[in-house]
Amino acid sequence: MEAAAGGGCGSGPPLLLSEGEQQCYSELFARCAGAAGGGPGSGPPEAARAVPGAVTAAAGPVADLFRASQLPAETLHQITELCGAKRVGYFGPTQFYIALKLIAAAQSGLPVRIESLKCELPLPRFMMSKTDADIRFGNPAELHGAKVQIPYLITEKNTFKRMDDEDKQQETQSPTMSPLASPPSSPPHYQRVPLSHGYSKLRSSTEQMHPAPYEARQPLVQPEGPSSGAPGAKPPRHQASLIRSFSVEREPHDNNSNYPDEPWRITEEQREYYVNQFRSLQPDPSSFISGSVAKNFFTKSKLSIPELSYIWELSDADCDGALTLPEFCAAFHLIVARKNGYPLPEGLPPTLQPEYLQAAFPKPKRECTLFDSYSESMPANQQPRDLNRMEKLSIKDMADFPVPAQDVTSDDKQALKSTADEALPKDMSEDPATSKDSNSLKARPRSRSYSSTSIEEAMKRGEDPPTPPPRPQKTHSRASSLDLNKVFQPSVPATKSGLLPPPPALPPRPCPSQSEQASEAEIHPQLNRAPSQAADSSPTKKDIPYSQPPSKPIRRKLRPENPAPESQEPSSTVGGAASAVTGKPHTAVQKQSSKQKKAIQTAIRKNKEANAVLARLNSELQQQLKEVHQERIALENQLEQLRPVTVL
Amino acid sequence: MVHTSLDVVDEKISAMGKALVDQRELYLGLLYPTEDYKVYGYVTNSKVKFVMVVDSSNTALRDNEIRSMFRKLHNSYTDVMCNPFYNPGDHIQSRAFDSMVTSMMIQVC
Repeated sequence: MEAAAGGGCGSGPPLLLSEGEQQCYSELFARCAGAAGGGPGSGPPEAARAVPGAVTAAAGPVADLFRASQLPAETLHQITELCGAKRVGYFGPTQFYIALKLIAAAQSGLPVRIESLKCELPLPRFMMSKTDADIRFGNPAELHGAKVQIPYLITEKNTFKRMDDEDKQQETQSPTMSPLASPPSSPPHYQRVPLSHGYSKLRSSTEQMHPAPYEARQPLVQPEGPSSGAPGAKPPRHQASLIRSFSVEREPHDNNSNYPDEPWRITEEQREYYVNQFRSLQPDPSSFISGSVAKNFFTKSKLSIPELSYIWELSDADCDGALTLPEFCAAFHLIVARKNGYPLPEGLPPTLQPEYLQAAFPKPKRECTLFDSYSESMPANQQPRDLNRMEKLSIKDMADFPVPAQDVTSDDKQALKSTADEALPKDMSEDPATSKDSNSLKARPRSRSYSSTSIEEAMKRGEDPPTPPPRPQKTHSRASSLDLNKVFQPSVPATKSGLLPPPPALPPRPCPSQSEQASEAEIHPQLNRAPSQAADSSPTKKDIPYSQPPSKPIRRKLRPENPAPESQEPSSTVGGAASAVTGKPHTAVQKQSSKQKKAIQTAIRKNKEANAVLARLNSELQQQLKEVHQERIALENQLEQLRPVTVL
Repeated sequence: MVHTSLDVVDEKISAMGKALVDQRELYLGLLYPTEDYKVYGYVTNSKVKFVMVVDSSNTALRDNEIRSMFRKLHNSYTDVMCNPFYNPGDHIQSRAFDSMVTSMMIQVC
């Protein structure tokens, strides 16, 4: 119907407008034409037809309107051409309506073609700044629609507790907007005004919700700033930071949290950084940072005290006045986020909950500390690698029996390795010598570990260094092809169920007798050491029971295999090895595939066998010790008997 | 009004010298002729006083309710105290605390 009117639109197809479109377009035309004088074409097209050419929309307002549609300049040019205004030289109602329809088409993503005019399109959307002049362009329908949208958006905002994700908000906003797009042409602006009121309550970033043009946003910022004065300096600052962040296309936000979608998720590197900071404040990662220490530390972040107080409130979940590692990470992360402009959440986000953090990063950190503090045990803990190393070290270490624990571990490696590879009788001779030394050495680190740490930690750590050395040597005498490390490592997790100390050692069996023959020769050289070692071993044995829980299951299995484990030393060694392995298997189990689990299980089995062997060996040695004692007593008696003779 | 009640509370505290650990005290009776209200006092072990003013138009709250309210108040207060950034004597700005208090008041009303 419009085609005839306005002339000049020679090729223009009939422009079919729906009622709403008609109304909208005529209003817009009226506004545009208002300044141009002449009867506005607000009436139906008939009026335009009646007065062709007399009613034109002023180019200025029309251009403004078109620009407000936010289409790129070329599109607008295209539209202008298509609608025929250029040809005609003016914006008649026909051209205007066609142009509006094309704008709607372009905004809906359709190509700007005459054919698009045939489609049913939503009304064109015009983003306008909140000025009186621009409000003119707004439709009454638009205004109404805007108002309708406002409560919707406010509720949207209310549901967005985590306002930090701009992407999310934008995504949700666009679906919000599109269904309501047809009536309102300038939703964002009108909504912003009421939303700004909500801002002060929600402390959310209004701006984040609308990816609207900056110029549109900025005029709003100022009105919103004063309007949301309740939160004080925060909103303007926040808005400013938001705008800045927007202008930088959210890069700073992304930089801080590598997950643009989840700014409350802690990345690995962040996590490591937090843990390092934790350790700098408190060397023990499994304990707390006290309130005052944390306060001093967080105050350095230069956030305001109320904010820090709020962050503390969020992160100290158990309200105990101290921060555990996950709590500390959560607090740190909140501080980092806040410094980068993210508003603080109303509640602790799920990804920052202590349980979540602990589940996500529990033991690796622990094990890291374990490994850090007992580096010597690490090699022993690593299964296949250790074996190789043991093989290499065994040759070197065989001759060294110095005190350092490292040698102990290397001895362990030797023993393990040698048990794995060498024949028993060959090793037997070496074992007693090495085992004695390793026992003493083992005892020492073990006692050290116990004195320094809690029982649990001792179990984990203390056993790591001490156990490996002695164990291998002992098994070494018995096991034919035992991968002691493997045997003990997996056994540790299995055993580490907090079992009670192993039952008292079984009586020495004929096994000692077998070893006696070979070991008798060594007994004498060891005689001197035996008493001292006995003395050493007894206190250590007492300490060892603590480490034994992990090895208890092993021992149980050992018993059917080998009734040897009488003294606690073998079990402790086992426990030690087990605990040594504990650290490793945790990481291994957690992170590795079932294939490794199978390997671990085989290693467990082997460890158990090795345990049995060690226990047997231990019992033998105990027997030897007793015999040696007896001999000594006999000798002393002789000496006494002889003495009176000499005196006399 | 509140200051008067504080004076009364102090008076009560000083009166009972032996029982330093007095969990709560119900102080009914400060009913002004014009202002129909009741004031309840509660003292913690650290001599922190909670004063609750209740409008008497509300059907008189039972003693238990008052006590439970004070208990909750006390718990929330200790949580606030745990925050190392909170200096005793400052205005309490804890949201959890505020929400607890609000919920309590809503409950009563």
